[in-house]
Amino acid sequence: MSGAAGPGDSSPRILVFSTINISDPGIDLAGSRHLEYPATVQTMAVPCSSGLKPSWLVHALDSGFDGVFVASDGEECAYLPDCAERTAHIISQAQAIMAERGIPAQRLKMAALCSVCAEPFANYMREFSAALTRLDESASVA
Amino acid sequence: MTTPDSPEPVADASATSGKPERRIGVYICHCGGNISDYVDVEAVREALKDEPGVVVSESPVFACSDGTQHDMIDDIRGRNLDGLVVASCSPKLHQVTFRNVAKRADLNQYAYTQVNVREQDSWAHPHDRSGATEKAIGLVRAGVAKTRLSDPLEPLVVQTVPRALVVGGGITGLRAAIGLADVGIQAVVVERAATLGGWVGTFGATFPDDASGAEEVAGLVEEIRKRRDITTYTGAELTGKSGSFGNYTVELTLHRDGSDKVLSLEVGSIIVATGFDAYSPDDGEFGYGIDGVVTLPEFKAMVDAAPSGGLTWRGRQVRSIAYVYCVGSRQEAGGNEYCSKYCCTATIHASLQVGTVDPSIRQYHLYRDIRAYGRNELLYNASREAGSTYVKFADDQPPSVAALPTGGLAVTVTDLLTESRELTIGVDLVVLVTGMVPRDPSRLVEVLKLPVGSDGFFNEIHPKLRPVETVVDGVMIAGCCQSPRTVGESVSAGLAAVAQSAALLKKGFAELEPLVARVNPEKCTGSGECLSSCPYDAITSIEWEGRSIASVDPATCKGCGGCVPVCGRDAIDLLGYTDAQMRAAIEEMVATERPKEPVA
Repeated sequence: MSGAAGPGDSSPRILVFSTINISDPGIDLAGSRHLEYPATVQTMAVPCSSGLKPSWLVHALDSGFDGVFVASDGEECAYLPDCAERTAHIISQAQAIMAERGIPAQRLKMAALCSVCAEPFANYMREFSAALTRLDESASVA
Repeated sequence: MTTPDSPEPVADASATSGKPERRIGVYICHCGGNISDYVDVEAVREALKDEPGVVVSESPVFACSDGTQHDMIDDIRGRNLDGLVVASCSPKLHQVTFRNVAKRADLNQYAYTQVNVREQDSWAHPHDRSGATEKAIGLVRAGVAKTRLSDPLEPLVVQTVPRALVVGGGITGLRAAIGLADVGIQAVVVERAATLGGWVGTFGATFPDDASGAEEVAGLVEEIRKRRDITTYTGAELTGKSGSFGNYTVELTLHRDGSDKVLSLEVGSIIVATGFDAYSPDDGEFGYGIDGVVTLPEFKAMVDAAPSGGLTWRGRQVRSIAYVYCVGSRQEAGGNEYCSKYCCTATIHASLQVGTVDPSIRQYHLYRDIRAYGRNELLYNASREAGSTYVKFADDQPPSVAALPTGGLAVTVTDLLTESRELTIGVDLVVLVTGMVPRDPSRLVEVLKLPVGSDGFFNEIHPKLRPVETVVDGVMIAGCCQSPRTVGESVSAGLAAVAQSAALLKKGFAELEPLVARVNPEKCTGSGECLSSCPYDAITSIEWEGRSIASVDPATCKGCGGCVPVCGRDAIDLLGYTDAQMRAAIEEMVATERPKEPVA
């Protein structure tokens, strides 16, 4: 299955925050297995998703990204036993800032991604990209 | 041993404006054709050459080749570079390679940034050359932005003590202690029970080689007695730990004659090998509580003690046995979802033992799936050839066990392999093949700050690449305290922890990543919000210029950054991922072609 965007493609720009030990290897594996997803997806790795500032997520949207995806450690986090709850709280805080600025909550997604979750990652990216495209289309119709 | 740095103001974006412009070298790798077949590497190089701070922009065929490494060193020295960006494969492959390049050229290794344009670009977008090229430009620009704002950092050097504490005196801990002594590291074993040996020390014949577990453990204990560099404490517990990696002070409480004695000692590393508990069925679970229904450990003890010529249960001769597999393992969500891994083979092996005690005993194995993997498959084959009957039941149709009014037990099961017919088998004994459950980890979590997974077992950093290390530097886990496993697998993990301890302690010093949290004392108001956010107690409150502020101990900080978003004053930065670096990288990533307009 090809998730590739065509030349001159205007697929939504997505910034993925990954984690060095868990989700980033999963994203690496997606590439190693040539599981294609839109080239407008870019990744930035951090040690732990609980260390993300809500303002960074919003800054990405302010700067021109159409969507932000947090590929969190979930239950596998080696640092923090409550990582999933902490990351969910960060997402909630970011969505509150987004709401104040009129940015739809659908532009921010979070999912736990394991170190071998190659197929789920490629699927998440295709689905998120499609959802953001629908969001833009409905906004332009309105 | 390190002490917390005196607080220093953290540079922010504006603070860099007065600094001289950086001199950064950028190398975009072709990786043969792995990258350049799908990314226009020359276009990326061209796009980067005029970026602020970039003075070298090259596109080698293989960045990791010896020749290119020498070229990089020549560039760094000859052109006085103070930053290095390599855009090639995943940092998991060559981060160490290029950090060494920086070190050989006397460039601060933390002024180097790896950008992944292979696994996360060229290989993921083989049919979108222009898209992959545009993406690569953004990724490399982000790497340059992070490098431009990087601070020179040095690894934290800590002196190490050549002594290791082994928590747990089962077979894994005992074998690890001998391994430590073999490589010249003193070992101290602390065992909570009154005797050494753990589970295996109670076993007779064990798979795969029929060797007696008790005899194997006795051999290890005998060997330990000969060694001057191994000390064992039974009836003792680890009750405290202080200090930093490489030189921990541990507190052992020795329970002696109704009173406790406390012993302190210095250790460089700690190996946790505390084993497992057996699953204990609820009353009524598969008939547990009915006379003649026993668990696997109870059955194993019975078989090990059985004299040749007969197996008895409470004075009655056992003529038939039903084994019900997967009790307490592979449960539905919310229960023990994992497979306990050892119990299929342990049961098959015990049933073969029964065959040697009395070959006329009829044996029925009621299973969901038989997981006698690897060479253990041969035991499964031997069991069938010896006359055991295997009956497969569906996950959602477990067998039921009832007492017969005439004595004995009736096991009712729907056999998937004979047209799903319901069978009722009359037997004298039912063995519930119970799996492993984690021991209560709360005490060790409190003392060592070890992370625990959702299944209750301790978590390693990475299940494949760092399988015995934990996020607590110098603290390793080994054996069934990590997850269910066999004796051989547990001992292997113990010896891996020995190798890891040797790697940490034999040099006499260790280097820690300096990518830790740092508090900006100017911004910190001493609210204390961050203090409780760190499960490793790396943050404390100190006095600074007449007021209380937070301070991070760099040797204790794990570098997760969990305290960063907690601070309402933005006073904490994670080095290598500072607020200024993250914002600049985000902006550079998206600054290609499309305008920077806020989305709505």
